[in-house]
Amino acid sequence: MFSYELKRGTLTVCLMGELDHSMAARVRSEIDPLIDASGVRRLVFDVGRLEFMDSSGIGLIIGRYKRLSRRGGSVAVAGPDARIDKLFRMCGVYQVVERLA
Amino acid sequence: MRLLNEMRLDFPAIPENEAFARVVVSGFMLPLNPTLEQLADVKTAVSEAVTNAIIHGYAGRRGTVRLHGACTEDGVLYIDVIDRGRGIADVERARQPFYTTDQGEERSGMGFTVMESFMDRVEVKSAVGEGTTVRLVKQVDLREEALPRHA
Repeated sequence: MFSYELKRGTLTVCLMGELDHSMAARVRSEIDPLIDASGVRRLVFDVGRLEFMDSSGIGLIIGRYKRLSRRGGSVAVAGPDARIDKLFRMCGVYQVVERLA
Repeated sequence: MRLLNEMRLDFPAIPENEAFARVVVSGFMLPLNPTLEQLADVKTAVSEAVTNAIIHGYAGRRGTVRLHGACTEDGVLYIDVIDRGRGIADVERARQPFYTTDQGEERSGMGFTVMESFMDRVEVKSAVGEGTTVRLVKQVDLREEALPRHA
């Protein structure tokens, strides 16, 4: 489950429930056309309401980073719990993606 | 070591079953008195292995993924994730962090690294054209009465 809001060039995607390969594919197919069509400059993944994430979530975030950074945009993550934070560190996510709160 | 419990489950290699496999394994390991963190560790590792079987092993073709689980009297959980898909030509390389065969930008290449971080042991047997078996092993029950007695 997820919801999103686009405001002044920033797309905030709120992820809920379990972010695995199956959900990552659904999120991707919905937000990529939006990113391309509306000139999104900044993408924020709010992960604070996720109950589960595996490396498919890392693929989703890094994939969107590659997409946005090609045109000077940026990606951030908000609200990771200790477990997701560990996964982000393990996979080097913070080398390219800003952590908010 | 004597088995406390054992299970086998076959399901079609479709993404919807990644969540199903996580739920099954969570239930199966409950008699080992897992902590919430151990439950999350095992769910994550199983999710990685099952996802690999579906998207790399079968790569969109039809097939069956088998879970074979065992709990032993000394508190150890074994989960085998078995596919009869393409197999892995170079297992050592596949286990390297950030290695991925994905030409797009959607896979992180961190699946095996995550499994290794969250489990005590990860064994991979694979043959090209025959399939892959990933064995995940974790000492779950850490209570004294569960641990093997040393003389």
